[in-house]
Amino acid sequence: MELLEAISAKFNYWVYIVIMMIGLYAMISKNNLIKKLIGMSIFQTAIILFYVSIGVKEGATIPILYHEQVHPSHDSGHHEADTSHGAGEHGSDADLHAAGPLIEADDFANPLPHVLMLTAIVVGVSTLGVGLAITQKLYGEFGTIEEHEILDSIISGK
Amino acid sequence: MKALAFIAVILTGWLLMSAVSDFPDWGDPASPANSYRLSQHYITETFPETSVPNMVTAVLADYRGYDTMFETVVIFTAGIAIIGILRRYGPKDESVLKQQATIYKKDDDLIISTTCRLVIPIIQLFALYVVAHGHHSPGGGFQGGVIFGASFILLALSRDLQTAQKWVPENRILKLAGTGIFIYAGFGFLCLALGSNFLDYQILHKIMPATPIEARSHAMLGVEIGVAFTVTAVMFSIYSNLASNGRMKEGL
Amino acid sequence: MIWIFDLFTLIFLVITAIISLHVKDLLSAAMIFGVYSFLMCLLWAQMAAVDVAFTEAAVGAGVSAVFLIATVLRTSRRSSD
Repeated sequence: MELLEAISAKFNYWVYIVIMMIGLYAMISKNNLIKKLIGMSIFQTAIILFYVSIGVKEGATIPILYHEQVHPSHDSGHHEADTSHGAGEHGSDADLHAAGPLIEADDFANPLPHVLMLTAIVVGVSTLGVGLAITQKLYGEFGTIEEHEILDSIISGK
Repeated sequence: MKALAFIAVILTGWLLMSAVSDFPDWGDPASPANSYRLSQHYITETFPETSVPNMVTAVLADYRGYDTMFETVVIFTAGIAIIGILRRYGPKDESVLKQQATIYKKDDDLIISTTCRLVIPIIQLFALYVVAHGHHSPGGGFQGGVIFGASFILLALSRDLQTAQKWVPENRILKLAGTGIFIYAGFGFLCLALGSNFLDYQILHKIMPATPIEARSHAMLGVEIGVAFTVTAVMFSIYSNLASNGRMKEGL
Repeated sequence: MIWIFDLFTLIFLVITAIISLHVKDLLSAAMIFGVYSFLMCLLWAQMAAVDVAFTEAAVGAGVSAVFLIATVLRTSRRSSD
């Protein structure tokens, strides 16, 4: 029962590891070069998924400020409604600069992992492109994209 | 090989899974990554410091601008590498080319070409919106650049590569990719020339009709446009090289 | 976290990952990899990472599937495993 609870509490992490291992297995054992590259992409997305899930906060929203926080309204009634909305969390308003509603760190998801992974995705597709270019070059050279056939023809040619 | 791979995978997976119990709980706001003061600073201080509501764009283009600049250089290098690997000039192996051309020769379909003619301008407009509005909504240079590049890829897929090459010939593509990095680095050197640190956009208020805080926001837009140039060019360059096997003659 | 949505998306992720590596037709593998990327994008959007999800929708489900298909059509379509 304890094990079941441990699994259900963190099943997301378990599934990431399963996806990652699927990618790793494909990279090691598949003979086809395109299959290897698909496995590499799956491995990559599993790691990105892990990073993104680190930045998740329970009950938090996307890391973009609300309209009211960006353009504080001068209408007093509106402003009062906003402050009453976040009334319970006025403990740490020492560093409050703007006149707008308070920006609470716990209300927004952690933007740092998102930034790191956003660039990683685009760089990942460029590296996938380089891999596919090498695959095409190998096909032009050997007439096959199966790894063991390429190895055979290299050994028999030398 | 398969058995060996299976053992390696099971072993690695077991090691990783035994580490799962040490991870913080799912969505815990007090976990080390979320309670670290750098992340908290990014959330609470981004708008007062840069006047950009989208924290991801602000961190991407301003706080971690140096990082993003070299990510852009990596993408540019990947594009150059693919040209170096695949691109072939001259009419060698004409027989192979003809054979491949006959395999993938397709008739122009009226419905597909008309639909794409209608859709492509809308895609490009949306890409420009994504680049320009990346401060206030999800988006930015990477996404907008990929969408803009995808519109050219759609043109090449729906007609053929020659038609797309008329709009974006190969030498223009390379110039565009270089221009993007030049714009990005240019902003950095401009800051340097005005007497501040590399990519410290605050100093740009001296030559912009804006306050130092707004100058950071405007400079971020400029940097994102640079990223979008590079990504657009490299995405189309990679596609045209892969689809034509480096010959730039017959696409898919 | 909507855990039912999360659970089903993760299960489908594992299924699409296995299928895309198991099918012998590489064109289908590329298409199913596009499906995998799109499910991943849904999961990220649900995790409040909208920028990452947007990038993945444009890059993973769109452009990288096109790259894979281009390479499959320029090389061979059958895979031995």
